[in-house]
Amino acid sequence: MNSVQYVLGIESTAHTFGCGIASSEGRILSNVKSEYVPASGGIHPREASQHHASKAAPTISDALKEAGLRLSDIAAVAFSAGPGLGPCLRTGATVARALSLVRKCPLVPVNHCIAHIEIGRLVTGEDDPLVVYVSGGNTIISAYAAGKYRVFGETLDIALGNCLDTFARRLGISHPGVPKLEQLADDGSKFITLPYVVKGQDVSYSGLLTMASKLAGECDLRDLSLSLLEVAYGMVAEVAERAIAHTEKGALLLTGGVARSKRLQRALSYVCRDHSARFHVVPPDLAGDNGGMIAWTGYLALKEGLAVPVESSYVNPNWRLDEVDVPWRR
Amino acid sequence: MAEMRLLKKGAEAELYLTDWMGWKAVLKRRVKKGYRNPDLDSYVRGLRTSNEAKLLSEARRLGVPTPVVYSVDKRNFEILMSYIDAPPLKRFVGSMGTDEVALSFSRIGEIVGRLHKGGIVHGDLTTSNIIPYSGLLYLIDFGLGEHTSNVESRGVDIHLMRRALESSHHEVSSVAYLSFVDGYRRVMGDMSEVVLKRVDAIRKRGRYVDVSRRKGAMD
Repeated sequence: MNSVQYVLGIESTAHTFGCGIASSEGRILSNVKSEYVPASGGIHPREASQHHASKAAPTISDALKEAGLRLSDIAAVAFSAGPGLGPCLRTGATVARALSLVRKCPLVPVNHCIAHIEIGRLVTGEDDPLVVYVSGGNTIISAYAAGKYRVFGETLDIALGNCLDTFARRLGISHPGVPKLEQLADDGSKFITLPYVVKGQDVSYSGLLTMASKLAGECDLRDLSLSLLEVAYGMVAEVAERAIAHTEKGALLLTGGVARSKRLQRALSYVCRDHSARFHVVPPDLAGDNGGMIAWTGYLALKEGLAVPVESSYVNPNWRLDEVDVPWRR
Repeated sequence: MAEMRLLKKGAEAELYLTDWMGWKAVLKRRVKKGYRNPDLDSYVRGLRTSNEAKLLSEARRLGVPTPVVYSVDKRNFEILMSYIDAPPLKRFVGSMGTDEVALSFSRIGEIVGRLHKGGIVHGDLTTSNIIPYSGLLYLIDFGLGEHTSNVESRGVDIHLMRRALESSHHEVSSVAYLSFVDGYRRVMGDMSEVVLKRVDAIRKRGRYVDVSRRKGAMD
């Protein structure tokens, strides 16, 4: 137990199949991913899972190669057990179970949302931040309290990334849509009033998406993109501000696929300045879905004895982060 | 203008202690947010200022204890209202016994019932927005409220309070919620059932919902 341990992590909740390797010293040795891009429309779960199945072997072998390790060096296999799309989760879990059986090593299920938080804590060195986690599937404001990550705000319907991606698709913009919307927005000048829906600590994006889509044929798309992003990000910034005022945390950590948005980063850095909080953004490679974050969180869980036998290694597409005990933070 | 002392810098507004005709008063000023587009910012602040001023007075007429509104300055996003000289309920919950929690929340249920029955939802029911003072429970911060008798809006109002209880007062959240429901039923009568059913539906609707919630079980 004195020597360095290596944990291999598998991510497959949505469009990304990822494999990463983390060391017990907190280094991410490799982080390889393969992304499913639908020919048209949004993610088709079955097609995505077929993509994952076909890319699993090369992705894992690349991750081992990049880390300079062999499968026999791996001490445990961790996998994203939820939340996510059922067929995608099951593909990743099957791969992880197989590896664990071949290698005869522990198998560790990891909550995907918690992995986003833990990798952020690791790379920023910020021990106890308020977390703003925004992606295609999640919009969550969370902070640690008494053994669990508590949810201080979330979306009541669709996720921020989903709202923006869907709008971009409706304009005929190809994936990834958000950077292109941001470019359009940079040239916008007139603000168009759109539904700004904050309910308590929660946000709602479905009305915003409907209204923006409806106006797409009538307005200047630069102005519309500007207004959509300002309203969408303004809502997140407002609930983040409420949460930081309420929890009195000294730092804010931005993570998830939408974390790379410069406009959102700017909005949240204003919030932090007003509340004398430190502001951190997880670097893009580790902010979007990836296997490295699963590997690292798997290591944290392994240390606490949270490995499971293969027979009971279920996935849970609806696994909330506030259900999970996080004994490593006690 | 009388002398002003900063009482509190909240997430949305600054509160100043001042006086009005010799009475202690609070000036609530919704401040500009650098993170928002300026046009969006004045739209949101304006909407919430007028909303809050109207709803504070109307709630009072429904028998819900709220501060008295003395004046509103829409141009500067300010409301001048009576000062309630006490800390919010949030500070007391941790040191309350179970009976006391039950009693307080059944009264809160009655108050919210009166509000809903009168066609108003509060929009941000948390223990920071309830102030126990001179034997009454004052409701403040109506900026996110609206006029509606819609089942969905009433349901969301209660759902958000339940969620706030779970994140901030998890050790007493079930007792508090059950007592709240008792009080709410007493005032809303038959109308309460459809709303409370909707609260459960909203909870199950969440993107990621745990199994016990989906079955409709409650702690």
